[in-house]
Amino acid sequence: MQYESVIGLEVHLQLNTDSKLFCGCSTTFGAAPNHQTCPVCLGLPGVLPVLNHRAFEWGIKAALAFDCRLAQVMKFDRKQYFYPDLPKNYQISQYDQPLAQHGHLDITIEGASRRIRITRIHMEEDAGKLLHDPQAPWSYVDFNRTGIPLLEIVSEPDLRSPDEASAYLLELKAVLEYLDVSTCDMENGSLRCDTNISLRKRGEALGVKVEIKNLNSFKAVKAALVYEIARQAKRLDAGERIAQETRLWNAKAEQTETMRSKEAASDYRYFPEPDLVPFTIQPRLREAVAAQLPPLPAQRRVRLMDAYGLSAYDAQVLTQHRRLAELFEGAIAQGAKPKPLANWIMGELLAYLNARGQEPSGVTLRPEWLVHLLEAIDAGTISGKMAKELFVESLERQVDPAQVIRENNLRQIVDHGQLDRLAEEVIAGFQKSVEDYRKGKANALMFLVGKCMERSNGKANPTQMADVLKRKLNQGKEAVT
Amino acid sequence: MDRLCTRTIHELRSLMDQGACEPRALLQELLEQVERLNPTLHAYVTVDAGRLMRQLEQRLRQGPRGKLFGIPITVKDNLCVQGEETTCASRILRHFRPPYTASAIERLTQEGAIIVPRANMDEFAFGSSTESSAYGVTRNPWDLERVPGGSSGGSACAVAADAAIAALGTDTGGSIRQPAAFCGVVGLKPTYGRVSRYGLIAFASSLDVIGPITKDVRDCALLLSVIAGHDPKDSTCAPVEVPDYVAALQRPVKGLRFGVPKEYLIEEGIAPDVKAALEASCGALERLGMRRVSVSLPHTSYAVAAYYVVATAEASSNLARYDGVQYGARAATDGGSLLDMYQRTRADGFGTEAKRRIILGTYVLSRGYYDAYYLKGLKVRTLIKRDFDEALASCDVLICPTSPTAAFRIGEKLDNPLQMYLSDIFTISANLAGIPALSMPCGFTAKGLPIGMQLLAGPFREEVLLQVASAYEQATEWHRRKPEIRSCSTSR
Repeated sequence: MQYESVIGLEVHLQLNTDSKLFCGCSTTFGAAPNHQTCPVCLGLPGVLPVLNHRAFEWGIKAALAFDCRLAQVMKFDRKQYFYPDLPKNYQISQYDQPLAQHGHLDITIEGASRRIRITRIHMEEDAGKLLHDPQAPWSYVDFNRTGIPLLEIVSEPDLRSPDEASAYLLELKAVLEYLDVSTCDMENGSLRCDTNISLRKRGEALGVKVEIKNLNSFKAVKAALVYEIARQAKRLDAGERIAQETRLWNAKAEQTETMRSKEAASDYRYFPEPDLVPFTIQPRLREAVAAQLPPLPAQRRVRLMDAYGLSAYDAQVLTQHRRLAELFEGAIAQGAKPKPLANWIMGELLAYLNARGQEPSGVTLRPEWLVHLLEAIDAGTISGKMAKELFVESLERQVDPAQVIRENNLRQIVDHGQLDRLAEEVIAGFQKSVEDYRKGKANALMFLVGKCMERSNGKANPTQMADVLKRKLNQGKEAVT
Repeated sequence: MDRLCTRTIHELRSLMDQGACEPRALLQELLEQVERLNPTLHAYVTVDAGRLMRQLEQRLRQGPRGKLFGIPITVKDNLCVQGEETTCASRILRHFRPPYTASAIERLTQEGAIIVPRANMDEFAFGSSTESSAYGVTRNPWDLERVPGGSSGGSACAVAADAAIAALGTDTGGSIRQPAAFCGVVGLKPTYGRVSRYGLIAFASSLDVIGPITKDVRDCALLLSVIAGHDPKDSTCAPVEVPDYVAALQRPVKGLRFGVPKEYLIEEGIAPDVKAALEASCGALERLGMRRVSVSLPHTSYAVAAYYVVATAEASSNLARYDGVQYGARAATDGGSLLDMYQRTRADGFGTEAKRRIILGTYVLSRGYYDAYYLKGLKVRTLIKRDFDEALASCDVLICPTSPTAAFRIGEKLDNPLQMYLSDIFTISANLAGIPALSMPCGFTAKGLPIGMQLLAGPFREEVLLQVASAYEQATEWHRRKPEIRSCSTSR
């Protein structure tokens, strides 16, 4: 039977502030265990949390970017459970008066726009990390991560397929990257995601919801949803019931597995955090933060299409990462032509990054380098092939392609005398191919062009070279007949 | 001449100014007194004379020579002092030495005080008798068979017995005022947010306040003026300017109005001699030119119930961190699970009353009970606050007993926690409302036990409390009486 899947996503995002949410400790990733801790984030007796105002502002920034309604008064609550990575055995979070509610995010799926509602955004402190030594009867705790500010962004169950879930996550990540409030890096845990999913027959009431945790990559989210839809559909088809439970994604086995049933769900005994006063979000603060909002991916996409005539697809790819969009518009501002520029970024640059597993956000390429490169191609100074190699070299060495051209004397041979000499040498050296050509084999010309390119160390322009060769070969033909 | 340890802070300061008191001699005499009396009274969990002498020498060398230069101030065992064992009189925090000092204590040392740590208390401040300390019972210096009150029993006892010059206590539901009343000294619970809680090991965060316990009202004003004020480390500490509390003592009280809440006088269980002492005190205030008005606090009878819901809820959460993972005691659980470690550590580490309150607080926050208990408790709290707003609109201070009785016998209420909770009836409301309240001696029972009078005022109106208390003190002699500490019997 065909079922409709009803999917919601819960995203946990580490804010990239310099210091933690309630103390002055550094948030830098990768420090030696427990070196970024203090009495406050260690939860020692008698110490008190003080809200990091920067994190508060960044939370507001994100809330505004998702068109949320900001709370007039926001308060913190304690979420209580015992676990060794939680030094107070409660987490300072937000329960019934979160930072913001009722927002949305528009995604494009199969060319059509879909509005996904965002239920709420709240702030909370991160927990520490447990390190298990399989040889030892004990475990270690690293509290460096404890107290790092998190935003939890909860969507309504508006998503209808794994593809929509992926599109939502990609767009969410793009927006957050634009805001520059998080590295959004799933590798080091700065972006984490849980999902819930239920199936129903179209038009019917909501089915039983299953929560899936331990999704460590966007790929895992999609794979887990695909798996779960199949699992639930099979049960429903067999007339079985779906148990309300929390399941874990097992990436190795590529399946979801029961973690705990609803009955075993914890009672978190939320209550208002008495160590922090409620925070009034003053209109002045809201306006100040709103003024800092950069153009968001959706706005930029429209601009790229309207102002530069890019296709929806190109605009989508270029705006996926703030860095790429900035590169594009930066280069345009310095005179680059939109379409070749877009192709270059989407083709050469992304291929380069993919091959090295790098994120576009880390690219240090400067827009004028692209301008110089494209100009050199345009002017015929370098061939497309040369440009590709040159581009890689320029990225590797972090220098302007113009400089590489100067250094290596990497100019195309545009001197016709030189091209004529090359053609004559090759025609003389490869008579067999010359005859093939004259017999009408088009491939033979390509072979001869290749030989010319080889001899010129790639400095000849292949199009020009072909023209010269053709002219010479045809001259020769006339001479014979 | 009286021994230096019997003096007040302000007397010692003028003696020092005259060159008639040496900080070394003062500390020496105080330590002798402690050595003589502490085995009987057990006001301190321990006193390390050597460390104190070193602290004094450092202070003499480096200063600062502020308002409290060279004056020893005793602090309760739930106030963190860097490097000093601070345990809340609990086994679970045995050997815990905080790497920081409470902001209130920091302010004392910035004025040159010598900090004397570890005044005994009820475990985690859970109690009204100092009997729940894991390190032994403190005795009332006026009658060794009786409790000193609690939870700041050690602080009040030490001040009353001249084993302290002055002290800091903490008050969550009367823990400064009731022991001050039982021991015949002055105790002030400031407005919530007047004094930073940073470094006070929390019992109930929305109710806890640090305040002075002193031999007279002037010392009380002096200490408050040092410890009060905004602290960026405590978000609940108010950025309200600190007035000159000592100057307030001089202001005339003529024309001020005092209200006696009618509910407090008809309360069952109020002892006749307490009632009589309070009536006499009201007469004295009228003779000072103050006007008595009748006021009502209609929600008084709900205060104890609301308090034990709110306070235990917060306590259950605040005490969750004592799990044996990072610091404090950890029970040995060879090969056991994580849950075993938690359970054994907490079963061994906490005393009966602490366990009772953790269970109670966990219960009232649990799913399905939250609305009926915790939320209702908060609503009652709002009503009680409103009662005080209305009552204090028609008068400057409220007057009532601090406790319905004088000090009770050791063991008397230990098996009846509800009786123990009800003895907090007059003090609890001030914490729920967050307003300042002061207890001072106002008479003695036929058996010679001190009786405390409580004065309450609106938020941040400590000045008027001190002003009235000072006028009353000058018109009476109660504060001059000292206990004769007779035997060293330790029988119960």
